[in-house]
Amino acid sequence: MKNSRCHPADLPAWQMQITPANLHLRAQLLARIRSFFSAKHVTEVDVPVLSHAGVTDPYIDNFVTQLTLGQSTTSLYLQTSPEYAMKRMLASGSGCIYYLGKAFRHEDAGRQHNPEFTMLEWYRIDFDDRALMQEVDALLMDVLDVLSAEYLSYHAAFLYYIGLDINTATHDELIAALAMDFHYDIQQVSRDHVLQLLFNIHIEPKIGQERPCFIFDFPASQAALAKITAADPRYAHRFEVYFKGLELANGYWELTDAVEQSRRFAADNAVREALGVEQVVPDSRLIAALEHGLPECAGVALGVDRLFMLAQNLNSIEDTLTFPLPKA
Amino acid sequence: MLDGEPCNILENEYVKPGKGQAFNRVKIRKLISGKVLEKTFRSGESVEGADVMDTELSYLYNDGEFWHFMNNETFEQVAADEKALGDTVKWLVENDLFTITLWNGTPIVVTPQNFVDLEITETDPGLKGDTAGTGGKPATLVTGAVVRVPLFIQTGEVIKVDTRSGEYVSRASK
Repeated sequence: MKNSRCHPADLPAWQMQITPANLHLRAQLLARIRSFFSAKHVTEVDVPVLSHAGVTDPYIDNFVTQLTLGQSTTSLYLQTSPEYAMKRMLASGSGCIYYLGKAFRHEDAGRQHNPEFTMLEWYRIDFDDRALMQEVDALLMDVLDVLSAEYLSYHAAFLYYIGLDINTATHDELIAALAMDFHYDIQQVSRDHVLQLLFNIHIEPKIGQERPCFIFDFPASQAALAKITAADPRYAHRFEVYFKGLELANGYWELTDAVEQSRRFAADNAVREALGVEQVVPDSRLIAALEHGLPECAGVALGVDRLFMLAQNLNSIEDTLTFPLPKA
Repeated sequence: MLDGEPCNILENEYVKPGKGQAFNRVKIRKLISGKVLEKTFRSGESVEGADVMDTELSYLYNDGEFWHFMNNETFEQVAADEKALGDTVKWLVENDLFTITLWNGTPIVVTPQNFVDLEITETDPGLKGDTAGTGGKPATLVTGAVVRVPLFIQTGEVIKVDTRSGEYVSRASK
């Protein structure tokens, strides 16, 4: 391990977690990212961290706070990603843009998670997912000094690592392939949850060990905000990047259809209801922006703290941060 | 509680894909069968807590089938079977204190103290002048357990043993 001097576990709580040497290297990484985009004339933008709308994704929890003025109280959400604000900028005529800053998720801290983290998100007008994957690959080669990535479709990954054709496999065959014990009734859960478990447990640890690995063409049922593939509507133009066991980035050839976007927001809230979690009011301003017209574009979000973990071979996200949650 | 058995959590790993449901991979030891298994839980899922209690009891005697222990304050007695005793049988000395794990009042695990003092009943005479204890030799203890001891230790001496590793620590301090 290079440059991974471990802190003793009992480092005092007042003290910065990241080493002074890594503090400087992290600043250099951010500078390198900025010069990468500057050379391509992609503009850095800021977005509001506090917003009137949250994310509807059933598996992402928003931090919510209240602004109380006299008798009126307004709920405000800490952004989980700058996506909605950036799409409103794109529809307003911003051109190609990137954001490098904080995002927030209401979830447990862990080896790969901190509820407050640094995200790099960028949008390229007239790119599709394939073109954007190549740009992500170029950025990773630049900042991590790694070989060009390998590319594998979601379908091929299952075929190669698990021996299952997900186009034809039954629910029972997928569950059998998990070869695991569950405390809950796995027969009752959605096909997507079983696919995600298979992916996390049997594929993720094996891919992207030597060089980053792009997994593309996710199932349409996991499209999130990606376009559905015209030639094969079972799949969507969504990709993810994995490297050394870390999920590093998630990108789409962006959905521009306001009606379809409204339908997906409603579907998210239906899943939220089934799971017994709070409903989130869909972002009407994003829908209005799509109605006005979002330029054809592709976008991707990348975890910068994880990128720094990889750059310096650090074992925990805590060691990339000045004051991780337990010390914040 | 899992499958009607009280369990111990050995490891718990939280997994959260960017898009998708969080889950925990948990490694569990079943306290009755001793089986170690891995199970996947949905994050936030709750499990029935086991009504398990640890008590410090002193060992009395073995009646051929059960080992009897007593609470030195209330004089209450419990009988543990072979399964609950497991490997602890080789550290049993009368009047010594043991931790008995009770589940619904029944002993399921008997754990010795981390360090016990035991007399050596048999060991080969060692070489004179060996104080570093380089190679060591086997010694049989009063309970029947066999541990490796340094060459200078003699039959009849009382030694301190770490019951977790089964290793010699030192001569017992009087």
